Amino acid sequence: MIELSNVSKTYGNGAAAVHALKNANLTVPKGKIHGVIGLSGAGKSTLIRCVNLLERPTSGSVVVDGQEMTRLSSAALNRARHRIGMIFQHFNLLTTRTVFDNVALPLELMGQKRQAIRERVGPLLDMVGLTDKANQYPAQLSGGQKQRVAIARALASEPQVLLCDEATSALDPQTTGSILELLRDINRQLGITILLITHEMEVVKSICHRVSLISDGKLVEDAEVGEFFTAPRTQLGREFLNDFLQLTPPKELIERLSDTAGEHTHPVVRLTFSGDAVSTPLISRLARECGVDVSILQAKVESIQDRTLGLMIAELLGTPAQTQQAMTYLESHQLQVEVLGHVQRNV
Amino acid sequence: MSSAMFNLILQATLDTLYMVAVSGVLSTLVGLPLGVMLYVTRPRQILAKPLLNQALSIVTNIGRSIPFIILMVAIIPFTRMLVGTSIGINAASVPLTIAAIPFVARLVEGALNELSPGLVEAAQAMGATPWQIICKVLIPEARGGIMTGLTITVVTLVSYSAMAGAVGGGGLGDLGIRYGYNRFNPTIMLITVVILVVMVQGFQSLGDYLVRKSDRK
Repeated sequence: MIELSNVSKTYGNGAAAVHALKNANLTVPKGKIHGVIGLSGAGKSTLIRCVNLLERPTSGSVVVDGQEMTRLSSAALNRARHRIGMIFQHFNLLTTRTVFDNVALPLELMGQKRQAIRERVGPLLDMVGLTDKANQYPAQLSGGQKQRVAIARALASEPQVLLCDEATSALDPQTTGSILELLRDINRQLGITILLITHEMEVVKSICHRVSLISDGKLVEDAEVGEFFTAPRTQLGREFLNDFLQLTPPKELIERLSDTAGEHTHPVVRLTFSGDAVSTPLISRLARECGVDVSILQAKVESIQDRTLGLMIAELLGTPAQTQQAMTYLESHQLQVEVLGHVQRNV
Repeated sequence: MSSAMFNLILQATLDTLYMVAVSGVLSTLVGLPLGVMLYVTRPRQILAKPLLNQALSIVTNIGRSIPFIILMVAIIPFTRMLVGTSIGINAASVPLTIAAIPFVARLVEGALNELSPGLVEAAQAMGATPWQIICKVLIPEARGGIMTGLTITVVTLVSYSAMAGAVGGGGLGDLGIRYGYNRFNPTIMLITVVILVVMVQGFQSLGDYLVRKSDRK
């Protein structure tokens, strides 16, 4: 439904040129929710604006619903944009229009008749649960309600695609949850393809099917969400994941960690379980089969869509040969083992 | 006060109101579109035309920089061509309008500049044409700021119209100068000043009321 090929965007030229986007390739199939995650300044905003040509790419091709967007005349581009809804971090509602009239705006722009507009806006407000607010002004609404109005407005022209530009970043966690739920319902009920950009892993985790990681204008990783949360392939991906899971060893332990193993040291490892490994009592088997004791420092279980993800930071207590055997054993059971360092035991 | 004096004051008040009304309406009719043009032709705006923008900006600045008293005299031939005379309230309305146009334009441009760029972006994402963005987003959303600007303009026109009196324009300024100053009649001077003050207060209150009504923020 959305296909970006070799999309680059450069601002300015010569020495002052800023390469906001470098050869980005992205495909979002029909009916999927695709997230693009990255830090601020990574190029997320530019990327999503290249889809509806709010930013015109310097080079590359943008195909939405089979149409090459970069080659459309301005009239054809406006028609194409009717099929692409967009919502924003700061909602961008018109302050001088009521909720009803805000939702009606895209239909007015398309030149629809009053009667047709009324028939369309009613059900939309119903869907986002704001029928009773139809005659209020945006200033009277909460952030979550404003975003609901914006969603209704974006859906008014019956788009095939919905672009979400940090749609929940200005909202509190609870409101974020309800907006994400609404987006998921829309995706399921209307089959609308959603491309969203965010810096919050929570957003990706709760509604995306697939995720891309953007860094310094480049898409560095592209994976199914379950895969990304269990086995990110890049360093940045791991950083995002650890940040999200907040599973970093205690500070006091980090200070004692050394990179090299010695005779009286024990490895501290981060174990990532996914799939069947989660439900297998591996730790107790480890003690029995390898003679290694496991001291658990931190542990967490997350469910990511249909997958379960277990994370643990643990110290393996045994002789170097035993701990080595233990790690091999764990790896053979599809666990990811990452040695964070070694600590000296104060015996 | 004699009834002749009263009639003089009444006539002068009506003359002032007439000049302010005519120049206020005409300068808005021209200044509003000019202000919108100044805004939308800026670089990176919806109708970005940097050269045209520069040209409009320079012309506007010239209009703003000429002192009103000089403008009034300088355009006498133009005024005469337009209304057939260079004295009287119709003649005075010409320089008042000319002076107020760039004033209105800059205030409108400023009001548009206050809007969040996100509004235009949202409208573009909906497939709005530049004309639709101007009519359905920019002007309605900025109407509070535009009202504020027009109120400032009308108040300024009241004081400019008093200056127009100095060159035979009629109105309260003219009355104050001729009777109050030249004929040493402090009562007339005081009355004209009081009427001007009341008039300005009235316009300001009306403007504030309209701004409140149109602003939903």
